[in-house]
Amino acid sequence: MPAFTPPPLPSDDKRWKIVNGTMRKNGFARHALIETLHTVQSAFGYLDDDAIRFVAKSLRVPLSQAYGVVTFYHYFSLKPPGKHTMTICTGTACYIKGTDKLVASAEKRLGIPQGQTTKDGNISLMTARCVGACGRAPVVLTDGELQGQMSGEEMLAQLERWAVE
Amino acid sequence: MTIEELDQIAESVRTENAKFDHEINVCMGTGCLSQHSDKLRDALTQAVTDSGKRAMVRRTGCMGLCAAGPLVLVDPEETLYQHVKAENAEAVIGSLGGAPIASLQCDLREHFDQQVHVVLENSGQIDPEKIDDYIARDGYRALLTAVNDMTPNGVIHQITASGLRGRGGGGYPTGLKWGTVAKASGDMKYVICNGDEGDPGAFMDRSVLESDPQRVIEGMAIAAYAVGASKGYIYVRAEYPLAVARLTNALRDARRRGLLGNNIGNTSFNFDVEIRLGAGAFVCGEETALIASIEGKRGTPKPRPPYPAVSGLWGRPTLINNVETFANIAPIIRKGGKWFASMGSARSKGTKVFALTGKITNTGLVEVPMGITLREIIEVIGGGVPDGHTFKAVQTGGPSGGCLPAEMLDIGVSYDALVAVGSIMGSGGMIVMDDTSCMVNVARFFIEFCMTESCGKCIPCRAGTAQMHTLLTRICEGHGTLADLELLVELCATVKETSLCGLGQTAPNPVLSTLRYFKNEYIEHIVHKRCPAGVCNIAGAVEKVNAPAEVLA
Repeated sequence: MPAFTPPPLPSDDKRWKIVNGTMRKNGFARHALIETLHTVQSAFGYLDDDAIRFVAKSLRVPLSQAYGVVTFYHYFSLKPPGKHTMTICTGTACYIKGTDKLVASAEKRLGIPQGQTTKDGNISLMTARCVGACGRAPVVLTDGELQGQMSGEEMLAQLERWAVE
Repeated sequence: MTIEELDQIAESVRTENAKFDHEINVCMGTGCLSQHSDKLRDALTQAVTDSGKRAMVRRTGCMGLCAAGPLVLVDPEETLYQHVKAENAEAVIGSLGGAPIASLQCDLREHFDQQVHVVLENSGQIDPEKIDDYIARDGYRALLTAVNDMTPNGVIHQITASGLRGRGGGGYPTGLKWGTVAKASGDMKYVICNGDEGDPGAFMDRSVLESDPQRVIEGMAIAAYAVGASKGYIYVRAEYPLAVARLTNALRDARRRGLLGNNIGNTSFNFDVEIRLGAGAFVCGEETALIASIEGKRGTPKPRPPYPAVSGLWGRPTLINNVETFANIAPIIRKGGKWFASMGSARSKGTKVFALTGKITNTGLVEVPMGITLREIIEVIGGGVPDGHTFKAVQTGGPSGGCLPAEMLDIGVSYDALVAVGSIMGSGGMIVMDDTSCMVNVARFFIEFCMTESCGKCIPCRAGTAQMHTLLTRICEGHGTLADLELLVELCATVKETSLCGLGQTAPNPVLSTLRYFKNEYIEHIVHKRCPAGVCNIAGAVEKVNAPAEVLA
């Protein structure tokens, strides 16, 4: 059996070297698929077709299985994120304190449903299942930064600030 | 590393700390960090330098009372300050050695006095990124004692004697599980720590991992010695970046100190731990799904038996315990199983960490002895329902649990007592609801959660939760009929009895418990077309339903 040669890096973007590093650290084992996808997403912000193909080929995982894993887990995104991301927590404690109203008002303000990015690619509106900061409910993440006890006015003001940048 | 060396490290930490007149602990858990406690720490450090006082500013993990954050604890005076901002730093340092600042002081004696800290004994008192701080508080003593002076069976015997039960919510006796894995044949065994805290409204595991990560690692190492495993994995949610960072750091330090790796405690015992990141799937908290996820696959459960204890990760015998279960191990080995069994109730021993959230004054993390009543937790420790509203229900056990009304508040918290009244202990989320919450809407929220989180492998869960969601949505919108209600009850039974894993088997619990205790709210929605709490947006154009008298009774 000929020795396996991993596929060439998709481009000379330095970030692929980081992705390769994760796979190498795990001996290119199949079980490193999720770890590697995490690395891709933290480097590129999302998983595009080329990335999934490259990782699947490198780890000798069928493309169907790689795609199945990507679509199974909520954390992975197949679409590029906007310049800014507003993530509203919809865990139980936040829900009891009214984050469903926050989601509705953000959807109305941006004119997009949750999970989408505005047409100009400026703002993504996301929901999270629970970020574990329930003691500070309702919680919103603005570009990954956790804000507790968020009011509707405050959230809309943040969206405005992003909109006029 | 030997016990003597541990003593030396502990001594040097104490000598170092003795140079200071005051220790200023700043909470840097996720809750307080979101209120910029990192800037506060910097300001305090600067203020100490400016004042020339002999004080040490220490980063710590969670102090529990997230509602009052950012928290600062000044020792040896034991003054707790709440809502401290960076601009208060000079005043805080200025008051050292004098009277405390009354306007910032947190006086919640009853909140802390009722608690017993075992799992949280170091939380908020040590720097989670310094292994020596943990060693100075008797850390790793239990591990070295176990590998040097105890047989694996002796360790399991202590755990069995302690009466510890699985803290992930299942409540399976830990000693029994360890015994099964120890007896399983195989040259390679694994220990897995389940830190996939997917229950919305729960953050006990996150807090322990952020505040005292070494405790979990030590618990895992003791377990590995007891069952004969040489490799461990900690599966943590990717949504907990701070926990992952502190855990990564803790593993590196433990390896450097020779407390992980080869020849631990100069014996032939080898054990190392890797972190695996979850990727946002509630079902991965189920042990067989979690194993699939570590193997890099979709997190779909498998039928049991075979249990992971016999055939788990890559088909090898595997021990899986929750973060909080592992966090209890070191104190049990240090103080003995009997000591642990002296706390708690008849069949639920020890303490339990709860995440108190929702419509309650003192939100945050509490650790109480098992058997304490729900009323004590909610009214005394939690400070009751704020803003003049009245208590309606408490939800325990997350999407697998149930909602309990006010008349159930006097039951003692234990695995069996909660199951008896239609809820479960679960992992420890406790969400309080007041009169502004609609129970039908809450039931729909949980079913929606289970519907989206169902992995889709078995039909009862995949289709059943979707149909239940449709029925509950109709009821919430005012289009429900009494036939819908009957169908809902029937579906609950089907999904409960025929689903493959715990997710589906327990998904109907929130619906069943709200039907059991708050049926009048369902009737109001269906028959009178109104939502008593004013939450549901009921279309007024629907004609009323003529209901027989016995339904309305």
